[in-house]
Amino acid sequence: MLKINLLPMKTNSPHVALFIPCYVDQFYPKVGIASLELLEKLGCKVSYPAGQTCCGQPLANAGYERDTVGATRHFIELFKDFDYVVAPSGSCVLHVKDHSPSISGLEKEQEELHHKIFELTEFITDILKVEKLRGSFPHRVGYHASCHGQRGLRLASSSELNQTLFNKAQKLLENLDGLEWVELSRTDECCGFGGTFAVTEEALSIRMGKDRLEDHVLHQTEIITGGDMSCIMHLEGIATRNGQKMKFMHVAEILNQAIS
Amino acid sequence: MSSREKILSAIRGISIPQKSLPDVPDFRLSGDLEEGFIQSILGNKGEVLSMDEFIRWLPSMHFSKVISLSSHFKNYSTITLPEDPHDLEDLGLAILDGQFAVAENGAIWLEDSNLGLRALPFITEHLVIVLDRNKLVETMHQGYNLIGGAKSGFGLFIAGPSKTADIEQSLVIGAHGAKSLRVVLV
Amino acid sequence: MSHPENATEFLKDQAKAKWHDETLWFVRDKRDRISKTIPEWEQLRELASQIKDNVLANLGSYLEDFERNALQNGIIIHWAADAEEHNQHVLRILREKNCKAIVKSKSILTEECHLNPYLEKEGIEVVDTDLGERIVQFLNQPPSHIVLPAIHLKKGEISELFHQKLHTEKGNEDPTYLTQAARIHLREKFLGAKVAITGVNFGIAETGEFVVCTNEGNADMGVHLADVHIACMGIEKILPRRKDLAVFLRLLARSATGQPITNYNSHFRSPSPGKEIHIILVDNGRTAQLSREKFKNSLKCIRCGACMNTCPIYRRSGGFSYGSTVPGPIGSILSPGLDMKKHSTLPFASTLCGSCSDVCPVKINIHEQLYEWRQEITKTHGEFGKGLSMKLASGIFKSPLAYKISGSLMRSALKALPDSLIYHPLNTWGKSRNLPDTPNETFQQWYKKNRS
Repeated sequence: MLKINLLPMKTNSPHVALFIPCYVDQFYPKVGIASLELLEKLGCKVSYPAGQTCCGQPLANAGYERDTVGATRHFIELFKDFDYVVAPSGSCVLHVKDHSPSISGLEKEQEELHHKIFELTEFITDILKVEKLRGSFPHRVGYHASCHGQRGLRLASSSELNQTLFNKAQKLLENLDGLEWVELSRTDECCGFGGTFAVTEEALSIRMGKDRLEDHVLHQTEIITGGDMSCIMHLEGIATRNGQKMKFMHVAEILNQAIS
Repeated sequence: MSSREKILSAIRGISIPQKSLPDVPDFRLSGDLEEGFIQSILGNKGEVLSMDEFIRWLPSMHFSKVISLSSHFKNYSTITLPEDPHDLEDLGLAILDGQFAVAENGAIWLEDSNLGLRALPFITEHLVIVLDRNKLVETMHQGYNLIGGAKSGFGLFIAGPSKTADIEQSLVIGAHGAKSLRVVLV
Repeated sequence: MSHPENATEFLKDQAKAKWHDETLWFVRDKRDRISKTIPEWEQLRELASQIKDNVLANLGSYLEDFERNALQNGIIIHWAADAEEHNQHVLRILREKNCKAIVKSKSILTEECHLNPYLEKEGIEVVDTDLGERIVQFLNQPPSHIVLPAIHLKKGEISELFHQKLHTEKGNEDPTYLTQAARIHLREKFLGAKVAITGVNFGIAETGEFVVCTNEGNADMGVHLADVHIACMGIEKILPRRKDLAVFLRLLARSATGQPITNYNSHFRSPSPGKEIHIILVDNGRTAQLSREKFKNSLKCIRCGACMNTCPIYRRSGGFSYGSTVPGPIGSILSPGLDMKKHSTLPFASTLCGSCSDVCPVKINIHEQLYEWRQEITKTHGEFGKGLSMKLASGIFKSPLAYKISGSLMRSALKALPDSLIYHPLNTWGKSRNLPDTPNETFQQWYKKNRS
């Protein structure tokens, strides 16, 4: 086993709550486990508060934000006492920060929450200040930037802007021994998942997904990874239906596997 | 109530927090001005000629109708400027003076005083603009500083020949206006 | 038809849809490359946004300044509260001049006002002179893109059309040949028109002048040969100062087509001796949009079309799928303000990917406004929005995946919906996609076993 720079857990280290989005809980428990183990290996004191439900994003994006008051109140109550809240999903974190309705009586807690909730890779790079992860992952990896993470949370530079290039997930992945980073033709085009869009605009959603997959095939991607399992689920669903052989992993799974 | 009053009173009825007008910095361009200008014109599908090159080029074209309003080429007109622009329908070449030009995009500024008739640079089949190489500025910001409060009834930036890409995005030069632009730097 | 139905139709011709996507991506890529040659690009966007914020906060006084200065310059000003009044102004001017045929350069506003059919009904021949617009006019179609009106057509289709209309050689698809044929055809129209209509890119409050940008030179060919120039201008086109044009002209063409500037940028301050310039200032829903706090920023739009070129939906569904004068992301936030019922599916024709907002030269938060329109549209459930929310809800609920996902949360919404929708037999998710394998235990169960 590779020796890595694991930080010993400090008794006074901040208390991190793991927020596991509902579909990850239901369909991808392995991503939840990888996220938990990864944070623990990086020296965090992590808890998974019981009683988590959906954050309300599907309803809000469908135009029913006002019906997510209950879910939002529950969310704040559940997470308000932790130092940080971390989720393996840019999309759900963006929803909590930008699209959850204001909850009366919990304004202060809600405001604080918006400043202490983080997507997993940004928590590792920006809060834990991890500059480099040591480990090995000898595969050719193509990264799918989820739009909500990338343009919503600014987890990576966006191709539209004239700015210095950066990508928080890439920063963590690229130093792994043996990992080959795939440069795509369209670095950050949407995969067409889009929540309810995936079913209300089914034809477009599928076409967009196929186009993303083609870009990865063209550049010999072996494993497609990303920070949002919703996009990955959509892409994987199309790929498996069409007998495409590539593999799909969440960034947390790669990092957790690589450094163990 | 007139529509004017209706529209203006509707606007007055909307309260929008005041937002101040920003100062626009005097953004500059790096690199050689003249080289930058030439590259811009080439990119816009125009050409840049020296005085000698122009003098060699002109007879090769055998233009029958030429109008020159350029102070550098005073005797080059073969017809006089008509009153009605429709009479310019078969004009082969117009030679005009530009007032200044912008290196970042090749845009050359002309006003009524340079044009004779406003239709001239459009209706002519080929266009030559003569430009003093000392009248190059870096960006549009310096360009508008030069225009300042000028009161010409009409002014325009010309940056290249008439062009279109409306058929499958294939670039075609010579849509409705001049089929070529040559800039003579003097 | 709704956007999803139109998009499905568009995608049936897979090769053409792919070509459409790639052609527009090429334009966006050109825009990306040229924007990255300007170190102050993001600063320019911010400045443009701030200037437009200032315009929206002071629109009334700027319009009055603009009018006063334009009048002093000898320009005639008309005001139009709506499309109908705009069209009436145009017709009245044409009647006064005894004019039966006009040339018109590209103007999205006149499309919005449906000026062409209005004038044609009155027996006036309207000739659109932008090449792309002339092509779609021959086909009796609206433009499918605000900058590239005929982008949905292949050259073979245009060749066949020109063969019929302009008697070009059958089968000759050479763009240069076809463009030359259009040049000859339109030259005759330019020479014969007494009145020319243009749009307006920018109107300057400080000077009373207005600016029109083209690459073809068609606006200028029209107006300088005609006796009368009618400029149709939305009231939001105002800029405070002449020097603000530097910011906007640096952004406009680079954003639109990836070129450093349009080849002709004409500044009209006063008419030539013996000629007339009229400006029609049009509201047509703009003051209503200005009063909508969440949506007023959409009025900053300078009609560059960059959000269309970048939109993964637009590129794969075509401009006509939107069924609105301005298609694409910006159209989807402007159109519901004009007719929410008609355009109720447009704000949902997006994944909220945000590319439109990042590409916008005036930094309109387009994708956030799409999200906000969704909230508005679903509120009208009781009135006319019912059809749509049903459709959406069926979208959510007929997917067992989404249903399973949302669990308890969804149940509150379920009360409002009939069983037939909830237990819809079709599974849209699974039509062309597999579902993930269902694991033996959820994360919650694993955690309880392993960490508690």
